[in-house]
Order: sequence, then C-alpha cells, then structure tokens
Amino acid sequence: MTILLFLAPFSLGLGLLAVAAFWWTLKAGQYEDPAGDAARILLDDPADRPGA
Amino acid sequence: MALTYEAAAGADFSAFLGRGTDGKASLDLLVRGARCAGCLAKIEAAVAGLPGVEGARLNLTSGKLTVGFRTASGDPAAVIAALDKLGYPATPYDPGQAQVAHDKEGRRLILALAVAAFGAMNTMMFSVPLWAGLFGQELGPATKQVMMWFSGAVGAPSAIYAGLPFFQSAWRSLKARRANMDVPISIGVLLTLVISFSETVLNGRDAYFDAAVSLLFLLLIGRWLDHQLRARARSAAGDLLAMQAPAAAVLDRDGQAHMKPLAEVQPGDLVLVRAGERIPVDGRIEAGMSELDNALLTGETAPVAVAQGAVCRAGSMNLSGVLRLRALARSEDSALAAIARLVEIGAQSKSRYVQLADKAAAIYVPVVHTAAALTFAGGWLVGLGPREALIRAVAVLIITCPCALGLAVPAVQIMASSRLFRRGVLVKSGAALERLSEIDHVVFDKTGVLTEGRPRLIDPAPAAVTLAAPLARASRHPLARTLAEEAGEGPLASQVTEHAGQGVEGLIDGRRARLGRASFVGVESRGGSETELWFGFDGDTKVRFRFSDRLRQDAAETVAALKARGLTVEVLSGDVAGPVAAAAEAAGIDAWRAGLTPQQKAAAVDALAADGRRVLMVGDGLNDAAALAKAHAAMAPGTALEASQNAADLVFSGEGLSSVAAAYDVSRVARRRAMENFGFAALYNLVAGPAAMLGLVNPFVAALAMSGSSLAVTLNALRMGRKP
Repeated sequence: MTILLFLAPFSLGLGLLAVAAFWWTLKAGQYEDPAGDAARILLDDPADRPGA
Repeated sequence: MALTYEAAAGADFSAFLGRGTDGKASLDLLVRGARCAGCLAKIEAAVAGLPGVEGARLNLTSGKLTVGFRTASGDPAAVIAALDKLGYPATPYDPGQAQVAHDKEGRRLILALAVAAFGAMNTMMFSVPLWAGLFGQELGPATKQVMMWFSGAVGAPSAIYAGLPFFQSAWRSLKARRANMDVPISIGVLLTLVISFSETVLNGRDAYFDAAVSLLFLLLIGRWLDHQLRARARSAAGDLLAMQAPAAAVLDRDGQAHMKPLAEVQPGDLVLVRAGERIPVDGRIEAGMSELDNALLTGETAPVAVAQGAVCRAGSMNLSGVLRLRALARSEDSALAAIARLVEIGAQSKSRYVQLADKAAAIYVPVVHTAAALTFAGGWLVGLGPREALIRAVAVLIITCPCALGLAVPAVQIMASSRLFRRGVLVKSGAALERLSEIDHVVFDKTGVLTEGRPRLIDPAPAAVTLAAPLARASRHPLARTLAEEAGEGPLASQVTEHAGQGVEGLIDGRRARLGRASFVGVESRGGSETELWFGFDGDTKVRFRFSDRLRQDAAETVAALKARGLTVEVLSGDVAGPVAAAAEAAGIDAWRAGLTPQQKAAAVDALAADGRRVLMVGDGLNDAAALAKAHAAMAPGTALEASQNAADLVFSGEGLSSVAAAYDVSRVARRRAMENFGFAALYNLVAGPAAMLGLVNPFVAALAMSGSSLAVTLNALRMGRKP
C-alpha cells in the first residue's frame, strides 16, 4: 500500500496541473471571442498566400 | 432612433481616444453587421492599412473593434469613415470602469468553479475506497486513516477557496440582518468541514469532505449561470445605448466641431445639432430654426416649431434645420430632475422585491436548522452520545443543503432568457422574469409603443406623390423622407435649397416647386390633429399630404393575446385625447387616459399597485421612465431613450409588439418550471431529511443523493430550451 504515498500525490499533481492550465487559458483571454477564433482559422495567413 | 455619423464627417472624435500603458492611443468602436470570417478579414485589413494605425483586432462575438495607433494621437474619424465605406457603421464606445470590475467577479467565480471541480474529483478519488469500505470491502484501519487524511488535505482547502463567494455573501447578508440562501449553505459547508476534520483526527467513522466540495461545485454552476445572464444582458444593453450616440458636436472658438462624450459637455458650451440628431443636453437656441419631435419626451406626435431663443430639452429629435445651442445644463442634470428622482424611488422599491429562491430560503432555513438541532438534542437524549448525535445533525444539514434550490432557479432563468434573447428580447435579470410572471394588468404608452412612433402618409393620392417625389427625395426632413419612401426610386429635383423649419424649394422639369409648411407653400393651414406637408408648383394649385403615426402591425393582435391570457389592458399617454382614443380603439383597448404628465403616469401606476394590481408597464419615452421604474415589471422597446431602457426590466427590439405576449408566456413557463423544481426539492428533503435523522445516511448516500437531485432539477430546467 506504500505505493499510494507516491501515486496519490502524483495524481493530485496532474489535477493541479490541469487547474493551472485552465487558469492560464483564462488569463490569456481564450474565451473572450469564441466566434472570432472560429472564424480566424479560416483566414489565410498573408505570408502563405501564393505570390505574397 | 440611432444617430448616424454621416452628418458628422470631418468632426473630431479625439475625446474617445484611450491611452495605453505605453502612451500610445487606442480606440474602441462598436461595429455593426460584422458576422463572418470574410468581414473580419476585410475590416482588420482595411483599418490596419490606415496611416498611423498600428493594428486592429475585431472581437466577432461582441462586435467590438480595438484600434491601436502608432503614436499618442490618432484620427478616429478616418477609422470610422473607412468602416463606413466598407458598409459597417461604427460608433465610438467607452468601455467604462463598471464592465472591468464586473469581469473580475466573473473570473473569480470561474476560478472558484475550476478549483471546486478539481477538489470534487480528487477528493472523490480518496472517497471511493472509503465508500468501498462501507460495503464490507477490505480496507485496513491504517489505510482508511490515510485516505481520510488525503481527502481532508485536498477537500478542505478546495472547499474553503471555492466557498469564499458564498461565505462573503452570507456575511454581508447577516450584517444587514437578513438571511439569504448563502447563510445555510455557509453554515452547512463550514460545519461539515469542522466535523469531518475532527472525525479524521479522532480516527472516526465518516468524513464528508467530498460532499462539501461537490456541493459547492454544483452551487457554483448555478451562481455562474446567474452571473452570465446578468453579464450578457448588461453588455447587450450597453451596446444598445452606445448606438444612441453618447456624443455631442461641440463648437470651439474657431467654429470647428469636436465630438465630445456627453458627460464632458459643460453648461455654456456651444453645441451643433444637425437635422436628424437628438438634442444632447438642455439648451437655448443661439442660431437656426427647426422643428422638434418631442415624441419620446412627452408622447406628443405633432412636431413643434422652434426658433432662436427657444429652450430645447435633451432627448428631442431635431427634424429639419441646423441648430446651434448654448448648453444650459450638464448631461446628468438635463433630464428633468423630478423624473430622475421618481425613477430612483421606483428602482428602490423594486430592489426590495424578494426573489422566489430567497422566499423559499426564508421557509427552508428555519425548518432545516430546527430539524438539525432537534436531531442533535434528540440523539443525545436517546443515548447516542454527543459525537454521534452531532454527526447525524451534520448529515441532516449536508443532505438537505439547498443545492437543488441554488441550481434550479438560475438554470431555469438562463434557459428562459436565452429563448427570449433569440426572439430579440433582452432580460436584464432573473428577478425581472419572476416579476413579469406575476402581472395581471398591462399599461401601454401610445407613441412609439402601440404606434410605430414615426409619421406615415395616410390616404396618399399616387399621382400627387409622384409629382412631389423629386423634391421630397432631395430633402432630409423626416416627413419628406416618408413621402420619398412611398414614391420609391425616381428622378431628383435640381437647384434644391432647403429652408430650415420651412421646407424645400427646387426645379422639377424646369418648373419651380415648393414642398413644406402651409405658409411656405403659400396657403392657409387647415389644422386638424394630423401633421401635414404641402406641395405646389409656382402659381399652380397646392396639394396637401397628411401624415399620422401608424399603429404597429401586430398591436391589436398582441392586445387580444394578452386579454386571452386574462390580463386587463390600458393606455396611459401624454398625447392629446384625439389620437390616443383612435389608437386605443384600433388596438382594441377600452380603457385609456390622455394628456398625462410623467408624474401623473407614475401616480396612475402607483394607484393601481395600491389596489393590489401588479402592473406591467410598456413604455419608451422619458415621460414613461418614472412609471416604468414604479411598475411591478417594465418593458421598453430598443428605440427607447436611455433613461427608459435603464428603468425597464426587459428591452425588446424589432418592429413587433408581439414580444410582450411572448415574454409573458416564457416567464410563466419559467415560473412553472421553477415551482416544479421547488416541489421536487421539497419532496427530496422530506425523504432524505428523516433518513439522515435516523442515521441511515453515510457519505456515499449523501454524494449520490445530492448529485442526483441536482441533475434532476437541471434536466427539468433544460426542458425550457425546447418549444413549449
């Protein structure tokens, strides 16, 4: 059962990592403009356009 | 009616420029009509290509464009003109401090939600082996102890962080000597944590850390939904108002017009008001003559002629000429002080309204706390010992904790308001929806509510319309525009001169013609209740066009629908008796009163309330604002003045009045769902409460019962989203 003492904190660490990642996405404003982000992926990068 | 900036081309908008942290200028604009990826690319490329612009980013969700300039100064007018050329009208937008503070609260809630989710999942991880132990599975005492410690180490900090919004709200409410729903929640959660902790330390039987955290997780979902509802309503309402042009053209010493935010206009400033714009602040006319449409202020439909020296009130629409006004008051002081005061008093009475969930809490709190206390006392008396009795009492508090209530009502309200939002009705708060469902009497304003609020040509003679159309097309006067609309596309008159407040003159096929007031065209006015416009060629017979405010197309239908739902309907108007009687009759309303002042309107609503009636007021003008604020529930069209929109609970856009009946229907369904959910919660507590008193509840049963009941009420609420 001593493996628990290693596994339990490890899984907690993974969970905390997820919370931190979520906090980062929140801070980075990834939920501010869902419609715009969905649209932007359809736009060509100026540098990728042929002849540009 | 929104102001457009076409007429203000070349004016200076620099007052709207913001300063970034690096000292560079930035500008926020509300752009209308951008919907797709193509628009986004076009707008950003066009604006970013302007001289002096460093970058532009459009938020497609909110329709806001942020423009960054290279230096500390920039040219907002060029940006607006560029957008206009692309076909997207834009309005400078002041992001405002309130929104920033509000956003902070939303972030805090969502972070608390994330922590609660983490806490609930990971505490559960240690709880599952403990639950297995409850069913006779192998779990040594040492392992059990470790599991309990782990679950406490994760659960307690998560619960304390995630519970802070509830603890703070409960504390505020207790300080005000009132008990809201957050008081039993906080007591329940804190007691659970304390007991679970002491049980863990004393190597006891059960710990409820997972129950405390998952309870908070479910409640935070409800809290966040409620927050989203208000945030969305607030930002949509802000957009509506931003379109009403928060700016005035102030003339400097050289006669150059600068666009200034309304709040910065000082008494003594010289303000330029073009035809088709609203008077921004109270002022005296220094130069120019025109006609003013006071429909939103007093409900009168007939325009009033004004000239130099006349005092104009903020909110009137300038119809024909260019006016130079000397501002007499600041923007905040411009609206009649008495009306503003009445609105404030009305709003205060509304804030005393007790919401359904808090009403339920008022019954629920004493019952549950008494039950818990009785469990403790009774358990001790029958010889359970204080520790076991206390655990049972806490089990009662946990299992009856109002998560069904906390989640049930916001879930229903957000479903209901998103259904209304799709119909173009904006719900400002959940309480507004609850109040709307309780009404039994509907009061309509006439101008702009029952009617369209703008003149329409009545009984037009097609030949005469065609004859006058070339002149009408050349004019900016609203009556002439109506005439031009009636005539459709066609030729323009040449050598047109517009005489402010009089009419237009020009050549049609080489013949000199005039269109305008009776005296301008050279005849005696025939008077009457309608607004009129005369047309004639020089030395020829003159033709009269009559205009009248037309009833909204679905007004009669809506009134009939409201009556069919058992509501009584009445018209209260500030207009004169003739048009009010005609409109009321056409809409199928028997009861009407005309010629009311704003104070009389508010008093009429008060009198109805004193009779025990619950009034829905539907109005758009400043003269309705006080009545809107005093009524049990209030609706305003999106074309209403800022003060009225602020006073209203719901704002509907579009041409139709049918939104009123639709909103009432949705509010009734929402109330029914909320009541069903309360019924379910009561039933659940009647079963679970006694079970907990008898000691039949262990942590596993508590977790199952709580999430099960929350799921049931949420699913019931989601039924709102479908067609009834």
